[in-house]
Amino acid sequence: MKQFEKGNACIAKAALLAGCTHYYGYPITPSSEIIHTVAELFPEVGAIFLQASSEVAAINMVYGASAAGKRVLTSSSGPGISLKQEGVSYLAASELPCVIADIQRAGPGLGNIWPSQADYFQVVKGGGHGNYRTPVFAPNSPQEMVDFTIEAFEVADRYRTPVYVFADAYVGQVMESVDFPTTIRKIPEKPWALKGNKETKGNLITSILMSPELEEELNIKLQEKYREIEEKEQRYSEYMVEDADIILMAYGITSRIAQSCVDILRDKGVKAGLFRPITLWPFPNDRLKELRTKTKQFVVFELSNGQMVDDVRLVVKDHAKVDFYGRMGGVIPTPDELVLKVEEFFNKM
Amino acid sequence: MVKDVLKKPTGFYEKFERKPTGSQYTTHYCPGCGHGKIHKIIAEALEDLEIGDNTIFVSPVGCSVFAYYYINAGNIQSAHGRAAAVGTGLSRSNPDSIVISYQGDGDLAAIGTGETIHAANRGENMTVIFVNNAIYGMTGGQMAPTTMEGQITTTTPRGRDPDDQGYPIRMCEMIGTLEAPVFVERVSVTDSKGIRNARKAIRKALQSQKDGQGYSFVEVLSPCPVGWKMSSPDAVKWVKDVMEEYFPVENFKDLIKERPPKPKPKPLASSDEIIKVLGLTGEEKLFDADPEFLENFPEQRLRIAGFGGQGVLMAGTTLCMLGMNKDLSTCWLPSYGPAIRGGTANCHVVLSNSSIGSPVVDKPNVLIAMNLPSLDSFEDIVTPGGLIIVNSSIVERKVKRDDVESLYIPMTRIAEDQGLRRASNMVALTAYISYTKLMSIDELIILFEANFKKKELIRKNVEIIRATHQYIQNM
Repeated sequence: MKQFEKGNACIAKAALLAGCTHYYGYPITPSSEIIHTVAELFPEVGAIFLQASSEVAAINMVYGASAAGKRVLTSSSGPGISLKQEGVSYLAASELPCVIADIQRAGPGLGNIWPSQADYFQVVKGGGHGNYRTPVFAPNSPQEMVDFTIEAFEVADRYRTPVYVFADAYVGQVMESVDFPTTIRKIPEKPWALKGNKETKGNLITSILMSPELEEELNIKLQEKYREIEEKEQRYSEYMVEDADIILMAYGITSRIAQSCVDILRDKGVKAGLFRPITLWPFPNDRLKELRTKTKQFVVFELSNGQMVDDVRLVVKDHAKVDFYGRMGGVIPTPDELVLKVEEFFNKM
Repeated sequence: MVKDVLKKPTGFYEKFERKPTGSQYTTHYCPGCGHGKIHKIIAEALEDLEIGDNTIFVSPVGCSVFAYYYINAGNIQSAHGRAAAVGTGLSRSNPDSIVISYQGDGDLAAIGTGETIHAANRGENMTVIFVNNAIYGMTGGQMAPTTMEGQITTTTPRGRDPDDQGYPIRMCEMIGTLEAPVFVERVSVTDSKGIRNARKAIRKALQSQKDGQGYSFVEVLSPCPVGWKMSSPDAVKWVKDVMEEYFPVENFKDLIKERPPKPKPKPLASSDEIIKVLGLTGEEKLFDADPEFLENFPEQRLRIAGFGGQGVLMAGTTLCMLGMNKDLSTCWLPSYGPAIRGGTANCHVVLSNSSIGSPVVDKPNVLIAMNLPSLDSFEDIVTPGGLIIVNSSIVERKVKRDDVESLYIPMTRIAEDQGLRRASNMVALTAYISYTKLMSIDELIILFEANFKKKELIRKNVEIIRATHQYIQNM
C-alpha cells in the first residue's frame, strides 16, 4: 500500500509492522520526526512509548525491554548516539536485540542539523567499550527506511544483537512514495527473556564475568557470532559496474548523488559505475574482492573526513587505485561537483 | 527442630551455584556488611508475599552486583546508575511483574541520580531498595554522595569537606517531595528493632507494588566495616550515632491506604487494527494506470520558494501526492531558513517516470517564486528553457533572463478574492499544473477531496483551484 511519507516517519511505522511494541527515546534534530510519529501511533495501538529523561536513560530502558523479550526501538542523532554507546556495549555483551536509528547530523560537538556521514566510526566500528560489533543498515530512501527497519528487527533477533538503521538528515527529512507491507511480523520465541513468570524465573541477563577465562569465553562466543554475520549478512547494490573503468562507492544519501553522477559520466562517455554497501558492517567484502580486479579505480564519496574509505582500502589493497572525496559540516555536493572531482581523479590515472 | 529454624527462605537459592569462587553456601559479602541482612529481608518477603515467581531483580554496579548469586528470581545486572531505567523497561514490558531495583549510594545518588528521580517522578511500578553505607564499597572505599562530613575515604583522605565536596545528600527527603511515589521510608539495619522496621518497610513497599500502586522507595542505612576501616560493632555504633543523626530514620510518605492501583496499560491492538491505524487500508490508488502518460512525462525538477506561512512546503507535498497517484516517482525535500515561522522556506520537488537520484534540486527546470527574495535567490539556477512562475501580487519586478519562460500570476490576490488568503500556495500549484498541462485539474480536485478531512476547507480550495484554472485559460 503506497503512502507519501517522510523518511523518519517511515522508521516509526515500519517498527510497528516489524512487531516492535516498545520505543524509548529522547528528541534530537534531525531525528525527531521518529519520536513524533511514535508518540502519535504507539499509544494508539497499545504499544509502549516513553520519552526518557536522557539518551542514557533511553538506551537502558531499551536494555530492560529487550531483556523482557520485546522488540524495541530507539532513535537519535550523532551527539545522542555518543551518549548511548555505553548502553549499546551492555546490550551487545548481554546479547540483547534492539534497533537503533541514527539520523546523522554534522559534527563534531554540537555541529549543526545538516546531513553528515561522520558517525561511521562510532557506529560501524563498535563505538562503545569492548570487543563487539553491530550490524548496520544504510538506507538511502524512505522506502528503504521501511524495508531495512523491518529487516533490522529480524537480524537483531536472529543473532541477538543491537542493529543500527544508519541514515542522515536528508534521508530522514525527504518524502517519497513508499510501498508499505500490510502485515505485521511475528516475533520469534525468546526463552531466555525475563517475563516475570515461573517459566523464566531461572533466567539471568548479565555481562559481568569476573574470571578472565570466562570473560574470554564470552568474547570468543561473540566473535564466532560476528564471523557468522560477516559470512551471511553482507548486502550491497550496484549500478553499471560490470564494464566500469571507474567505480564510485557511496552509501546512504551520497549513493543517490553518486548515481546521478554516474548517469552524467556515462553521457560523457566515461564508463562509470556505482557500488553501494547496504550493510556497512558486515562490509560487503566478498563482492568488493571481485570488483577490485574488474576495474582500475575506485572513488569513495562520503560526507565525512574519510571513514568508510578505510574499509574499502582494507579490501582493495593494491589491486586498484582508491581515491576519496568528502565534504563536511553539512555541505552536500551537487552531482556536477562530484563529476568534476571524479574526472580529475580519472585523468590522473 | 534446629533444621527448621535455619531453613533458608525460598527467596534465596538453596545453593549459590552461580557463585564462581568460595563456598556456594555463603555470600561474598564482608563480615559485618549490611547487604546480607537486607537480602534476607527481601528473600523472606518474596516467599511470604508469594511474589517469588513474578519478581525481576535488578542489580547494578556495586557490591550487590552479584545479588543474582543469591536471590531466587528473574535476575538482570545493569550498568552503573541505570537500574531505574532498566527497571522501567522491564516493568513496562511486564506490567504484572514485581521489579526490585537494588542500588547502592554511588549508583543511585551519584551516577544514576537522573534515572532515579525520573523513574520516581513517573511513578514506575517498581520498588527501589537504596542501600546507603556512605561509601563506595566495591570500587575501593571512595567518597559517596552520602559520605558524612569529615569522613575519611580513599578520595577524601583529609575528610569530606562540604565547602569542597558538598554535603551528604538526603535522597528520601528529595524523593518524598515528588507526587507519584506511594511509599518513601528510611530504615536502618543496626539493632533488632531497626531490622524489624526495615523488614516492615520493605514488605509494605513490595505489597504495594503487588497491589499495582506504583513506586516505592526504601533507603536502608547499612554498615560497611571494611570500607570504613572499623570493627563490626563500631560500624553499627557509627550508623546509629553519626548516620542516623544526619539521615533521620522515619517515614517520608505513605499513601498506601489512599492511593488507588494505577490503571492497567492498554492491551496491544490486533494486527488488523494496527494496519488500520497506520492508514494502510482502503483504496490503493485514486487513478487508473496510464502508461502513455507515464512514458511521455518529462522529468520535473522544481524549487518552490516563499515566506514561511505561504504554504510552499505543502504545495510541494500536494504536487508529489498527485504524482504518486499517477504512478510517478516523487521526491520532496524541505529546506528552510533558521526561523521556520516567518522565515524563508523552500522545497525541492522531483517528479519522474524513472528512479530519482539526488533529491537535491540544484538545477530546477521549474521555479515557483512566491516572494521577491525567492526570485532573487533562485532565478539564476533555473536551466535554460525552464519555467519561472512569479507571484505578481507581491513581486514587482520581472524575470531578468530571456532564456526561460516566465509566467506572472497574482497568487495572493486570487486567493484573497476567494476569501482564503493563506491558500496562495494552491493558486501557485494550480497555475503550474494548468499552464504546463502535465496533469489534470480535475485530478487535483479529486486528490483534494480524497485527502482532506475538513469539508469546508475542501470547498474553499476547490473554488481557488477553479478560479486559478479560469485565470490561466483567459490569459
